[in-house]
Parts: sequence; C-alpha cells; structure tokens
Amino acid sequence: MRHPSATAGRPEPLRSAIRPGPGTVVRGVLLRLVLVLVAATGLAVLVPGATANAVGETIVGTLQTGRSGPIEGIEVTVTTAAGDEVDTVETDEDGKFAIEVPGAGQYTVTIDADSLPEGVVITGEDSRTVTVDPGRRQPVQFGLNDGTQGAGSGNVEAIQLFVDGLRFGLLIAICAVGLSLIFGTTGLTNFAHGELVTIGALFAWWVNTGLGVPIIPAGIIAMIGGAAFGALNELGLWRPLRRRGTGLVAALVVSIGLSLLLRYLIQIVYGGFSNPYSGLGTSRAVDYGLFRLTNQSLVSIVISVVVLVLVALMLQRTKIGKAMRAVSDNRDLAASSGINVNRVILVVWMMGGGLAALGGVLLGLSDQVRWDMGFQLLLLMFAGVTLGGLGTAYGALVGSIIVGVFVQMSTLVIPNDIKYVGGLLLLIVILVIRPQGILGSRARIG
Amino acid sequence: MGDLLNAFAVAGKSALGFQAVFFALLAIGLNVHFGYTGLLNFGQIAFAMLGGFGIAISVTQWGWNFWVGVLVGLAASVVLALLLGLPTLRLRADYLAIATIAAAEGLRLLFRSVSASPVTGGTRGLAAFNGDFIALAPWDTSRRYSVLGTRWSGGELWVALVGWVLVALMCLLVWLLMRSPWGRVLKAIREDEDAVRALGKNVYLYKMQSLVLGGMIGALGGMVYVVATGAANPDQFQNANTFLAYTALILGGAARVLGPVVGAIILLFVVQFADTALRALIENGIIPGELLSSTDVAQIRFVLVGLGLMLLLVFRPQGIFGDRREVMLDAR
Repeated sequence: MRHPSATAGRPEPLRSAIRPGPGTVVRGVLLRLVLVLVAATGLAVLVPGATANAVGETIVGTLQTGRSGPIEGIEVTVTTAAGDEVDTVETDEDGKFAIEVPGAGQYTVTIDADSLPEGVVITGEDSRTVTVDPGRRQPVQFGLNDGTQGAGSGNVEAIQLFVDGLRFGLLIAICAVGLSLIFGTTGLTNFAHGELVTIGALFAWWVNTGLGVPIIPAGIIAMIGGAAFGALNELGLWRPLRRRGTGLVAALVVSIGLSLLLRYLIQIVYGGFSNPYSGLGTSRAVDYGLFRLTNQSLVSIVISVVVLVLVALMLQRTKIGKAMRAVSDNRDLAASSGINVNRVILVVWMMGGGLAALGGVLLGLSDQVRWDMGFQLLLLMFAGVTLGGLGTAYGALVGSIIVGVFVQMSTLVIPNDIKYVGGLLLLIVILVIRPQGILGSRARIG
Repeated sequence: MGDLLNAFAVAGKSALGFQAVFFALLAIGLNVHFGYTGLLNFGQIAFAMLGGFGIAISVTQWGWNFWVGVLVGLAASVVLALLLGLPTLRLRADYLAIATIAAAEGLRLLFRSVSASPVTGGTRGLAAFNGDFIALAPWDTSRRYSVLGTRWSGGELWVALVGWVLVALMCLLVWLLMRSPWGRVLKAIREDEDAVRALGKNVYLYKMQSLVLGGMIGALGGMVYVVATGAANPDQFQNANTFLAYTALILGGAARVLGPVVGAIILLFVVQFADTALRALIENGIIPGELLSSTDVAQIRFVLVGLGLMLLLVFRPQGIFGDRREVMLDAR
C-alpha cells in the first residue's frame, strides 16, 4: 500500500529554485521585517550526491547555500563512534564530498567552521552523527546560511517570490495549454497529462546524462519525443476509443488508469530518486537589484514567454490554429465546413505532448527530475485551467500564471511545505465563486 | 512449488483480511457515489484518511475514548463531503473529479507537513490507539492462529471479523436504501438529471446526501485500516488507492450491492498474488535482479490496477455482475 519512496522521507515536492530563508515555519510580520532588514536569506540544502555506484559504505553530501550556490573547499571530517578519525576531505567545485568509511556503523561527520567562506555560518550544530547501513551511500545534511550575501542589495522578499512565482506560473502554463486544448477539442479531461510532463523530463535527462548531449539540444529532442508520445496517445488509444463511441466519463477513468500505469512504470524503470541535469554550469544567483535569479531561471522565463507567444500567434494567425479554435468552439460545425477534425486533434495532441515535455524539462531544471513530478504539477495545472476557464487556451495561460504566483507568494504566510495545499484550496474557492473561470463561458460548466 | 503455494496463501490471507475489508468499504462508498448516483469522486481516500486520523488523533493526542474517536472520524468525513459538494455538485461531472482528487492530495500534503506534525505526527504518523478495540476480542489476541494454512494474530482475526461484519451491514444498508424511493431517485439522477429536476426533486440535495453517505462508508474503511495496522500515517493514504477501489468496484460491477465486495476480494487476491509470486521469482533468480528488483515489486500493484482499469473500461465496463445499461459512463 505505501511504497518505499513515500516512507523514506522523500524530498519535498517541486523545490523552488530559490528557497526562502530558514524563518519559514513561524513567520510573523516582525520576523519578516527583521529578515528583510538583515536580509538573512539563503539556506543550505544538502542533496544526496549524484548516483555513482560505490561498492563500499560512503558518506556523501553537498554543501551549498541558496544564494551563493555550492561552496568549494570546506573541510569535512568523519570520525568513528570511538573517536578515531576516518578521513578529512574538502568539498569540490560542486560543493560535494564523499568519504568512504570502513564499514557499516555509526559515524560523526563534522564540518570545519573555520574553512567556511566569510559570511557563511552554520545554522545548528557543526557535526552530525549518522548510521551507515551496509552497502549504502549515506547522505548527511548541514544547514548553512550566507546572511551577508543578501545584505545591502535591497532584496525584497515579496518581489523575489513574485518573480519566482512568475517563472513557475509560466511553466505551469506551458504544460496546461495542451491540457486545455485537448479538453477543448475532444472533451477529454486528460488525467494522464502529468505523465507527459514526467516523460519529457525523463527523456531529456536520459539524453542529457546518458548520451552526454548538452541540455538545450536534449530539451529539443525531448520535445520531439514528447510530441511523438502525444501522437501515440491519440492514435493508439483515444482515436480508437472515440471510434468505439466511448463516453466521456469512461474516457476520463481510462485516462486515470493510463496515468497510474505510466506513473508506476516510470517509478519501476527510473526508481524513486531525484536527479539533476548535468552540465548546467553555475547555479549562482545573479543580483538584479530588487530580486535575484539564477541564469537557469532567467532562461526558463525567456523560453516560456517566447514559446507561449508563438503558441498564441499560431492559434491566432495560422490555418491550423484557427482550425483548433473552430473545433474547440463547435466540433460539428467545424467538420461540416471542411475541417479535418481528426487531423486537428492529432496536431493538438502532438503540440500538447511537445509543450508538456518542454515544461517537464524546465521543471527538471529548477527542481530535479522525479518520477511523480508531473502528477504533482497536474493538480496545479487543473487549478490553472479551471481558474482560467476549462477548454480555453488563453484562459489556461492566465489562470496558470496566477496559480504559480499565488503558490509562491503564499509562502509569505504559510510554511513552504504546504504551499501546494494553498494552490489546491484556490481551485476549490474558484469553483465556489466563479466556476466558469475568468475567461470561460457559463454554458460550458453544465 | 512451495513458493507458489505460499503465494496463494499470502494472497488468500490479504483477500480475506483487513486489506480487502478496507478496499471493499472504499468501493461500497464509491458505489453509492459513482454506481448509483453517477458522481465521480476521485478523492475517496481522503475520507478514509479522515476516518483513520479521526480515531488516531482523538485517542493519542486528545486522550478521548476510542468510540468517541470513531464519531470524530465520521463527523470529519461528513464535513469534508459538505465542503466538496457545496461548490461542485451543481457543475459537470469532471469538476467534482478534479476538486476531489485535489482535495485528497492537498489533505495528505497538509497532514504530512511539518506544521501539522504536532497533531498528525507528520510523516511519522501516529500509533498506539487501537488498544481499547483489540481488548474487546473474545479470544486471546497475543496468540497466533492458523486458518486455512495461513497464520493470523488474534488481533488481525478480530479486526478482520469486525471488518467483514461492517461490510455486511453496509451492503445491507445499501441494498435497503437502493430499493427505497430515495434510492430510486438517486438512480434516476444518474440516468437523467434534468428529468428528475422536472419531476420537482431537489437534485442537488440528493447528490449531497449520496456524497455524505458514501464518504462516511469510506471513512469506516480508513478506520478498519488504521486499527488493523495499529498506525496512521498520511502516506498510507496515497491517491492511487482511490483508483484501486475504483478498479475493484468496476471489476465486481458498479450499481450492484455485492459488486464492490466481490471486486475487492478478487482484486486484492490478484495484486497480492502477483506481488508475492514476483518476489519469489526474483529471490530464486528466475527473474534477474537487474530487470526487476524486489523493491520495485511494490509498485507492480498500481501498474496492474492502471492496466486493469483501462481494459475494464474499454472492454467490459459492467464488470462481472453489472448491467451495461446501468453503468454511468456517458458524461453530461
């Protein structure tokens, strides 16, 4: 019933690129003021190192802060429970360290506070006691805070979160446009759309780290793969089902079945880990005055905006785009005016698959690649699509951006680990107030 | 051969034990929603979670009596049904589906979050709340008993027995309700909502009653589950379990009183058999470890469920006992 990855304290879903400071849990206004004043932001996260298969028992970790990225040259010492030193190493340029230990058992890991760069302080203890199981790579975590990094830059947290939310919202929009168009043209609420996102991200990860292709061409290959997978979905499953006259509710349940099948197959093949893309360069954030952005986030925003503008232009100007809107509006009328409806639907699926794959790659850039990343995102896509108006492409765009910004900004008042709950709550509130969404029409909601 | 027999025994035990009771109760609740009323509730697991945590929190955190905990769990599920139903029951079927799956996932994330852990225990969950209930068993619960070649602890047997009695009572309730005028209105709503409205019935109210009733039955399922395992953990209530219950319901036959029960027993047997048999094959080296490791096997059940759900819906939506004309599959 519960699967191992869920119990093993899996990483919190969809980590944002820039994490708010350590004061997230109880966050009064006063505390926030103080935080802004001293600008004590930036939190060290220790992610388990990349998956190299060590034979013996190893203790691994990454020392980095949210603002300044990985930190090189910190001394890490491992001692046995009896107090004998095993080894002392320095972190490499990715902030990573790995120390082989003689066998399973208890070890104490200490980082040397004197070797930290100026301004970086350890939050909490400077040593951890860990139990290493036989044959395991045991990750350890230390909290590092580079309080001075943000000082003097006038970094306003709300603006920072807004920009980050914009990035996230654009990403949701990229994925959700396809979902909305598929709904508009076929009436199908595709619960397996999240898996299109995951598969795109995974495919790019495999091309990137497995074949050694740089991330941008890998992302483009993943988009082509995603489009092909979308076409396969349509040709192999949904078109035959439409031909059989399968009802919409049946199709909805079939899509849930497909989602489960794909999601857990992915977990079996890929495993329960989260992995980053390789060759991304520095993850150091650049200061833009009011906010900071890593170059990856900046590229992600630019790509999203360009792609969404292209999609809008296509819907507005090209023949196929007009045909898509026509089929969405009234399928029978479109068919009788000479539009090949099946062809339009196929193009919509390919576009949806390609866009979802792109969204997956962008999500993988900021949050690493995980087997259930798409499903987590799917619920926010639904929130965005519902907010904008089910079945309208532009509505999906507007709604998704609002949801992304709302989710990130909500961390001003609620803890980071329940920010998605806020997004899902928003979905339910929309249904109470304006079920047809911002741009939807009353007639659609039944 | 011995492994095969063992797999049969393990599968048989879970098809008769609390796991099957859990899914049977979830599926009976879904039968009221989906089978009889045509409501697509994709968040049934949230009702079970509230039921289970209703007991767990009341007993361990607030120090209340076990039976008060049961009432708290039921009350919580009623509140959830009202909260979900109020905005969505006037809308098309897929809105309820989206809202319920979102609520289920949101509640699980909330329950496992750091800020909720003083109450829910976070990712570690809560334990040690079923003592009062196990103590009611008429036999010695510390002993182990042998039933049809499988070993059961006394506590397991007691929970399974009470669970099946609950299942029987719920089936009886559904049977009585569905042959009453109230049940006929529900079925009429499933067939043609507008016609029912034209007859002067308050469709919204009937749908709401159905949502509340099915949710409460689901909450009972969650209670059986946490009492049997002796622990309540938010991650036990993954949303995929909702669809395991859906598969059980459709396999047995929606809109049939015994459909969900038979479906749950068969489905649990199949997934548990596949699970145990695959583990045995991996241990014996018949399936190479690189192809499939024993930690991956735990996911096989959901792969099977996803595949089964698709195949059933496409080729036999009425399941084993159902009537094709009665299965609500055309959206309105």
